Amino acid sequence: MKPAPFQYHRARDVDGAARLLAELGDDAKVIAGGQSLVAMMNYRLARPRHLVDIGGLRELDRMHRDAAGGLHIGALTTHHTVETDPAGVLRAGFEVLKKAMTWIGHLPIRTRGTVGGSMTHGDATAEWCLLAVVLDAEFVARGPQGERTIPAGDFFHGYYTTALDPDEILVEIVFPRPAPHAALTEFAERRGDFALVAAAVDLDVAEGEVRGGRVALGGVAAAAVRVPEAEAVLTGGGSFEACASAAAEAVEPPADASGSTHYRKELVRTLVRRACEEAVSR
Amino acid sequence: MNTDPVATHADLQLVTLDVNGEQHDVITEPRRTLVDVLRHELRLTGTHVGCEHGICGACTVLVDERPVRACLMFAAQAEGTCIRTVESLSEDGGGELNDLQRAFTEHHALQCGFCTPGFLMLAEGFLAERPEATKEEIREVVASNLCRCTGYQTIVEAIDACATARRGACAQRCESKEH
Repeated sequence: MKPAPFQYHRARDVDGAARLLAELGDDAKVIAGGQSLVAMMNYRLARPRHLVDIGGLRELDRMHRDAAGGLHIGALTTHHTVETDPAGVLRAGFEVLKKAMTWIGHLPIRTRGTVGGSMTHGDATAEWCLLAVVLDAEFVARGPQGERTIPAGDFFHGYYTTALDPDEILVEIVFPRPAPHAALTEFAERRGDFALVAAAVDLDVAEGEVRGGRVALGGVAAAAVRVPEAEAVLTGGGSFEACASAAAEAVEPPADASGSTHYRKELVRTLVRRACEEAVSR
Repeated sequence: MNTDPVATHADLQLVTLDVNGEQHDVITEPRRTLVDVLRHELRLTGTHVGCEHGICGACTVLVDERPVRACLMFAAQAEGTCIRTVESLSEDGGGELNDLQRAFTEHHALQCGFCTPGFLMLAEGFLAERPEATKEEIREVVASNLCRCTGYQTIVEAIDACATARRGACAQRCESKEH
């Protein structure tokens, strides 16, 4: 279908965009790559009266490492830029991000879709949301009241809902520490589809031994979730098999036409084990 | 009478697009997607529209040389970029088919042809970025677009043959330079 009419505003800078959003109120939406929003507008699931296009703000399209090894990703960085990593900033610790990109849609989606757009859309199965949760990312948002930082644990509120205020713009995502032993894997009915279940782990490995780690799941709740029960198994020196079983026990995924609760729990078991094995072999 | 205030002429906007190397000024509603402007305003009907929600890939065009879904982008968002459509492939726009198009013909990579412009632009963008692409990589990339006639095998073969021929031609040029 065709989208409902709206007024188009092109932002010249972040502060101007935030002021405009505050002025326009609830009828306005931010558009970046538009790979989720335009589809929803074409379906008329979303009918904003105003679109504020931040796509031209090149200052938000960049990636760099800080002195502590942390990674800063501008909100308008595309999945494709992360996948190809032209400046090599993902080396030594963030290869997991590069590798995870191949799970996101298809090439023509990844060339337009942005990291910030995916995060703020907040799909429960989105790879970026899962990566943010498992790697303890921090979200830098700017609004008329200034800038604030929101930890990943507080950012995702549930189905397509985040902690961002309507007049705030996500400007940067910070991954504070390198994750050399992290991996993301998922299962979808077809290549490029939304995942039925996605699993990500970030293992703490010292002298070849797993000492602990973080385990997160997508597609089992209203947002990506950490699984403390599975993490406790890793801390206690349990096997990947036991960790995967604990994860499957801990969640109660919703059933739908694509799979029952039982089926999704089995997917959790398989995918957590696979993610652990992949992560430790890095 | 149209009483929707947002649909009145005051909300028409001027969009300047660079398509296949030519500048076009289009006065249109902001809600027009890039594919609709290409087809309806610019009459470049080579680009097809299928699902209008980013699933089928029939509307794939190049924006700054990268393949994108033209149904998932408003024309206004494409201002300041270089757009290439399937019309840009053949020599002088409509003359000789280019090597990729000829490979599609030779390998029977199309039947009804509806999806073909999308596959051509997808392959054009992908091979420009990865001229050394393997058959496996090509297979993965074409999963992005839907074809209900060919079963994909012939499309993969056509793109692979074109890539191989281009690599061969490139190697030959390099050799002849050395001698």
